[in-house]
Amino acid sequence: MAVERAEGLSSKDVVGISPLGSGEIQLILDTAEELLEVAQRPIKKVPALRGMTVVNLFMEPSTRTRFSFEVAEKRLSADTLNFSATGSSVSKGETLFDTARNLMAMAPDFIVIRHPNSGAPHRLAGVVPASIINAGDGINEHPTQALLDAFTMRQHFGDLQGLTVVIAGDIRHSRVARSNAFLLTKMGAEVRFVAPASLLPAEVESLGVKAYRRLEPALEGADVVMMLRIQLERQKKINFPSMREYYDFFALTEERLALAAPGARVMHPGPMNRGVEIDSLVADGRQSVILEQVTNGVAIRMAILYLLAGGLSDSASDS
Amino acid sequence: MVEDTRSLATVVQIMDEGAVGRTVTRMAAEIVENDGGDVMLVGIHTRGVPLADRLAGELEGIFGKKPSVGRLDITLYRDDIGPWRPAHTQPVLKKTVLPISIDDKVIYLVDDVLYTGRTVRAALDTLIDYGRPRAIRLAVLVDRGHRELPVAADVVGKVVATSRREDVQVRLRPADDRDGVWLGREAPDGS
Repeated sequence: MAVERAEGLSSKDVVGISPLGSGEIQLILDTAEELLEVAQRPIKKVPALRGMTVVNLFMEPSTRTRFSFEVAEKRLSADTLNFSATGSSVSKGETLFDTARNLMAMAPDFIVIRHPNSGAPHRLAGVVPASIINAGDGINEHPTQALLDAFTMRQHFGDLQGLTVVIAGDIRHSRVARSNAFLLTKMGAEVRFVAPASLLPAEVESLGVKAYRRLEPALEGADVVMMLRIQLERQKKINFPSMREYYDFFALTEERLALAAPGARVMHPGPMNRGVEIDSLVADGRQSVILEQVTNGVAIRMAILYLLAGGLSDSASDS
Repeated sequence: MVEDTRSLATVVQIMDEGAVGRTVTRMAAEIVENDGGDVMLVGIHTRGVPLADRLAGELEGIFGKKPSVGRLDITLYRDDIGPWRPAHTQPVLKKTVLPISIDDKVIYLVDDVLYTGRTVRAALDTLIDYGRPRAIRLAVLVDRGHRELPVAADVVGKVVATSRREDVQVRLRPADDRDGVWLGREAPDGS
């Protein structure tokens, strides 16, 4: 099944992987491939988004993603405004809407939003003319992370089709796991979720992935092993006995990694908790591509900004 | 002979295989006359790339050594993309490859057709972000007129008088299966 690349994006927004077609995913990955080169130039900046304004609206703590977006915006010559609502009491619905209306008075072309409430970017997309890019919403989606993960896998394996990808850890609270499951299944990869029963989501079957309660059997034949952090901030009570016990059963150690396919790659969206879900020897080991993920994140975000800046594709604008 | 003639009432061949070959040879000779063999050729996507390769092959024939050849994608520097043109698709990006530093080199930008000059403006801006060449010159296979910017080529294969309603189509090996230049004339009623 060869994926046919789309000519353009069919929406003004990227609020999730779920609404994207496989051809659109292919277009974003191919565009990022060419934009990766901008970082190697003596002058790491191109004028493609000159005169356009991007608001980075981060209602949740973030370092990596916020910096990555900001670098991407600056490399495309966009002007950036940063709104950090950390610690403020930005609550649901009306307040977000009001915030957005105030922002729109400054006529931005893009709003990059991270929000603790699932669906916030989607709602915003419906009420403002700017292009909305989801930088992570609650436990829903984190589309740019899934795209940079896929991009990294493609760099190492050439194609996503037929890959076996293990995603292990706090699946239930992970928007990264959800977006990755949507993307990888659309592109023909096999996805295996691994978590203690208390950290597996109820909807696992409908995502088209296989669920495992233990790491060892899932690792068999795996090309990619993606470890996730325990998201203590999203659970009122701890859903497992102790960190120590979690490590004993679910951490990726060198011994466990040896069960995966030879040459398997280790990924982590960060931030890592060394000694909890991943052993330092693995995190810093030969098979780890964790820092490449960070580099690739900038190219993916540049690709999305570039593609959205052109407006809708001709075929899509009719509908 | 040319398949895509839907919007063109007639298509006339203005350069055949032999004419293209002789012209490329003469263009290479002019480059040598201007700057000797110590030049770097940079083709602009799409058909500047095979033309730069062909010119490099000619220079290799003269000097026994192939000059350095790069390729340039100017898309991110174009003045006709972005929000100013709503509801259109962004052009697909291609690779920019400059195998050696362009600092202090004599660079020949190479393209198939010189028309408005806007592509050349974008190419100059792109190139200058990579370094500071000693000189940048321009070599084109066809100059069809209608400049919108103060741009002139240093080496021209053929000057062709055209109207804005006409379309110049260049085919070059190895990107295409043959060499040739065609002039498409749009029907008077625009159908």
